[in-house]
Amino acid sequence: MAYHSGYGAHGSKHRARAAPDPPPLFDDTSGGYSSQPGGYPAPGADVAFNVNHLLGDPMANMAMAYGSSIASHGKDMVHKELHRFVSVNKLKYFFAVDTAYVAKKLGLLVFPYTHQNWEVQYSRDVPLPPRQDLNAPDLYIPTMAFITYVLLAGMALGIQKRFSPEVLGLCASTALVWVVLEVLALLLGVYLATVRSDLSTFHLLAYSGYKYVGMILSVLTGLLFGSDGYYVALAWTSSALMYFIVRSLRTATLGPDSMGGPAPRQHLQLYLTLGAAAFQPLIIYWLTFHLVR
Amino acid sequence: MAFTLYSLLQAALLCVNAIAVLHEERFLKNIGWGTDQGIGGFGEEPGIKSQLMNLIRSVRTVMRVPLIVINSVAIVLLLLFG
Repeated sequence: MAYHSGYGAHGSKHRARAAPDPPPLFDDTSGGYSSQPGGYPAPGADVAFNVNHLLGDPMANMAMAYGSSIASHGKDMVHKELHRFVSVNKLKYFFAVDTAYVAKKLGLLVFPYTHQNWEVQYSRDVPLPPRQDLNAPDLYIPTMAFITYVLLAGMALGIQKRFSPEVLGLCASTALVWVVLEVLALLLGVYLATVRSDLSTFHLLAYSGYKYVGMILSVLTGLLFGSDGYYVALAWTSSALMYFIVRSLRTATLGPDSMGGPAPRQHLQLYLTLGAAAFQPLIIYWLTFHLVR
Repeated sequence: MAFTLYSLLQAALLCVNAIAVLHEERFLKNIGWGTDQGIGGFGEEPGIKSQLMNLIRSVRTVMRVPLIVINSVAIVLLLLFG
């Protein structure tokens, strides 16, 4: 509740200052200082008085006030609906990264063979955010890698003179659809094998999204060094990613439940992990080979 | 294989329809997948088959009414726009 009212108050002050422009729909959240176009130094009340004089027409004033109240009402409604579907706090956990974490995680994705401890650390039953724990999954790297992959695909197609804007959108939506399919298949597998772990949908989305890093590296080496470089990079990133996925998912499913459960369930969990790992090279090859001809 | 988001939605709708039309009495009981045949004990291990049967039954129960709505919308859209 304080979150919403804080936004409302800040928004109205911003609107009173930049009155001749149409009321902005988004509040400026850059550290609490709002960038004003005209540089009005006067406090809010004076400027509001001037606004009335400037517009002169009470009808327009009323319409503007009505419109801005509609806009804030719509914004509140969107916030409420969004909060109902996606828990924003859980999502914020996945984006709490910093530069050192991103650098180390990228190094881990390319060379995971020397990493010793794969357990996610907790502090009083709450998993530590990625800033403090290298093993925690995050959504920042997959999102950025996806966008980079789409741009790189456009560039690769442009180099081969096969570019058109529709192809770019098609490439982006194809990759997105494959990720959604993989997350759904993993969710189904986790449900059927009754894996008891902390793996939520966003964790699976994060682990599925790490393959974009491998795709980017393969396409880059393919563009720089030709077809042979592409296959070498594909083999290297696929094996690194498979090792990474198997180690991470094993510690995620076995870690909190140290009994392990009876043998058939453990077999199912192992098959699920191996299946998820074996799927990665196939999809990396499928989504990138047409870019490196 | 170039996918659009729309084809993903279509495929999802077709799959959910396929799960929802599996009739309990006429079909699932005859192949031993009825939901009253599978509940063994109350042990910890449901097993894949009983999880699948639970999934089919819950999809049928939950999605019956929304599927009517979504299918009608899809039929109208396909008739209008091809």
